[in-house]
Amino acid sequence: MTATESAPAIVPDFGDDEDTGRKLAIICSKGNLDMAYPGLILANAALGEGVETHMFFTFWGFDMITKSRMHNLQFTPAGNAAMHLPVGDVRLPQLLAPLPGMTTAATKLLKKQIADLGVPEVPDFLDQIVAAGGHLWGCRMSADMMKLEEKDLRDDVEGILTAADFIVLSNGAQLLFI
Amino acid sequence: MPVTTINGRGIHVDDEGFLTVYDEWDEDLGKALAAQIGIDMTDAHWKVIRFLREDFATQFETATTRRVETVGGVPTKEQFKLFPKKPQKKMAYVAGLPKPRGCV
Repeated sequence: MTATESAPAIVPDFGDDEDTGRKLAIICSKGNLDMAYPGLILANAALGEGVETHMFFTFWGFDMITKSRMHNLQFTPAGNAAMHLPVGDVRLPQLLAPLPGMTTAATKLLKKQIADLGVPEVPDFLDQIVAAGGHLWGCRMSADMMKLEEKDLRDDVEGILTAADFIVLSNGAQLLFI
Repeated sequence: MPVTTINGRGIHVDDEGFLTVYDEWDEDLGKALAAQIGIDMTDAHWKVIRFLREDFATQFETATTRRVETVGGVPTKEQFKLFPKKPQKKMAYVAGLPKPRGCV
């Protein structure tokens, strides 16, 4: 026996050979700017890990995919007891939160903080998610309530589903309600 | 820190196999790393890898998929085509860089 035997190279296991069949369905029910992001970030991360990902937009979450509204999601400090000012650990007194201009200012600030991290705005983020193979779906009841049709939604929304359709679609998926 | 042998060369890696020493990498090694994970390097692959290397040299962080698109100019869709299923981690591996730290 020769002495040339060596240990196998250490190579990361990207799990390409195994078909995990892992599937994730995220229900986005909020239309506030701050609450749009958790679903987007997790969907994007899941796709980057090779997980089949579906996003289902319902109620206020519909604003994220409605052409006329998706660019104007807002963040309000009203009712958010965790709203800190950008300096130190100072909280914004809740009495001030509903004042005129406060939502506009808070939205502007949050958008800047998000952009500074290199994180895209909501429509661009959805572009990226679709490019990575993610699937977007609208909710039938929300569409009916808001009198919206497919033509009012992003072109890459694959369809408007009933609650039952969604249950069928998400068979075997891990579910997140946001 | 483990040392592993790829392409007849000892290189420092972390427990998963990602390179830990920036300067131990060159394009020959990149090609060998790609081969280890079943990727045959083309010009399109090199465009991504060279961007990652240059970007890391100034940012000291591995570019995310997002950054490879917006700064490196390679669309997300193409990244998934070139480095299937898990582009972010595969790109980092071939470029001899740590896994990206950023969430997006």
